Amino acid sequence: MSGVLDPLRLKAREAKRLLVDGEVSAAELTKVYLDQIAAVEERVHAFIRVTADNAAKYSTKIDREMQAMRGPLAGLPLAVKDNMVTEGVTTTCASRILHDYAPVYTATAVRKLWDAHVVMLGKTNLDEFAMGSSTENSSVQVTGNPWDLATVPGGSSGGSAAAVAAGEALWALGSDTGGSIRQPAALCGIVGMKPTYGAVSRYGLIAFASSLDQIGPLTRSVYDCALLLRHIVGKDPYDATSVELPFEVELPEGDRLDGLTVGIPGEYLALGIEPGVRARFDETVALVEELGGRCVEISLPHTEYGLPAYYIIAPAEASANLARFDGVRYGHRAEGAEDLLEMYERTRGEGFGAEVKRRIMIGTYALSAGYYDAYYGRAQRVRTLVRRDFARAFEGVDLIVSPTSPTVAFRAGSRTDDPLAMYMSDLCTIPVNLAGLPALSIPCGLSDGLPVGFQLIGPAFSENRLLKAAHALEGALGFETAPTFRDSAASSDAADAARSVAARAAADGAPPAPPGEASS
Amino acid sequence: MITDDDVRYVARLARLRLEPGEAERMTGELAKILEHIGKMSELDTADVPPTAHVLDVVNVMRPDKPRPSLTRDDALKNAPAVADDSFRVPRMG
Repeated sequence: MSGVLDPLRLKAREAKRLLVDGEVSAAELTKVYLDQIAAVEERVHAFIRVTADNAAKYSTKIDREMQAMRGPLAGLPLAVKDNMVTEGVTTTCASRILHDYAPVYTATAVRKLWDAHVVMLGKTNLDEFAMGSSTENSSVQVTGNPWDLATVPGGSSGGSAAAVAAGEALWALGSDTGGSIRQPAALCGIVGMKPTYGAVSRYGLIAFASSLDQIGPLTRSVYDCALLLRHIVGKDPYDATSVELPFEVELPEGDRLDGLTVGIPGEYLALGIEPGVRARFDETVALVEELGGRCVEISLPHTEYGLPAYYIIAPAEASANLARFDGVRYGHRAEGAEDLLEMYERTRGEGFGAEVKRRIMIGTYALSAGYYDAYYGRAQRVRTLVRRDFARAFEGVDLIVSPTSPTVAFRAGSRTDDPLAMYMSDLCTIPVNLAGLPALSIPCGLSDGLPVGFQLIGPAFSENRLLKAAHALEGALGFETAPTFRDSAASSDAADAARSVAARAAADGAPPAPPGEASS
Repeated sequence: MITDDDVRYVARLARLRLEPGEAERMTGELAKILEHIGKMSELDTADVPPTAHVLDVVNVMRPDKPRPSLTRDDALKNAPAVADDSFRVPRMG
């Protein structure tokens, strides 16, 4: 059976049916993905660590103990971004400072999926501590976009997005602080969702910016997105900012948008959206109307202030959160320091990469005496203005739509020398995090052979409305194209050399127990 | 305008040793980023309350009852140096 399963096209909904009907075993399904990893990972570099042995053993156990292991997601293979701690499996955040960190507990979102008997395939690459928009800030390796390996997969959940797009995983978890699920999903031609702030526990998500971070799904369809989301949401005693959703996440149905009013923010379209992206966006808006939706122009007047506010708030929170990496309790420690202060400074100087240092510096500066009001205080007030923009807009519309990213996937190396140019990748996604809203990106076509993402934003706790609308639109768009693994830089070997900074250095250490074992 | 000395001072606050030349390079990068951030000052925010948290959650309490937590062995498992069941660090300066 597994011979006819195409990992580039198979969706979780179909895989689940095949498993339930006994047409495929969990072990066979897992092997489909491990085989695809063996075939393409050398070029994609989506994983920091592949837990192949554990995945094979665990899936066999599911088949053997079918009565006891009938979790709602039993046997469905998953990839997890390597900033969620997993007991028994090294968690690195793609940072030198955590290169051998062996967590002694498991993130709640991952634990819930293990309890539902998903099969974890491995931990995926990211920008170090999730700080970046291209996954090039990883200290481990640079991930290639399966649509053109010379371009980036987006970031910071670039490893998870590339793994799903490349058929190396059925679906994946990512985290989104300023667009880190939606932007890579857009650039890799898949679905990615950031839930309402608080909907998913952040316990065990290594903190970047606590008031913005949120875990969410990266999948090959909107239905799959809802299916994964419904198993990770909920209030968690270990995360005081988590909340119980006032509803159950519904599996979306229907193909119409009748009665739905959709707002198009003029300010977003003025943000230097490239023509190919704009064309796909306009076509998709036309499709919304064909399906019975009504599109109106709206204004979110403080849009252009979102990015500056974000680049104070996120680094300020990061500078506090990353203070814990000091060489005392875990992670890297500099050798031979004379005293404690020297040990701290050298450990952190050696352990963090350039972008992480830059953000710690901005954050520390913004919080330092004399600058607090001018930067952090003001940014928090601007955050209120951004929230009010959305609140006002949602008085007149049900959803807001925009391009997810102003551009398609860009070439590796093309923005690394200019931090500000890289930050611009997230112009359309950042305001959503500032306001704590749910949003998702669906693929809406190609421009120059590369995927374009269409973002739908809803009011807080409108997940079901968002998923239903995205599902209807997805059906009408009919985007079923699979990536080709072409490499537009293939003529120069240099590109490939640059890509494997340290190819999967960590891939060998065998963790002690199959993931999920400890939970039973 | 941020100076090399500011950058060295902030690096000290952040307990971050910068390599020779790194401070100077960072001064230029931070200046450019802060210039962009300065755009916020176009707005009059005097009467706008700050947002620290987007949800209306208040203090989250639980009964003050002891319950199992991380064992000492687990807590020390990832430590670079351990002595007498404690984290071992270099002497204070």
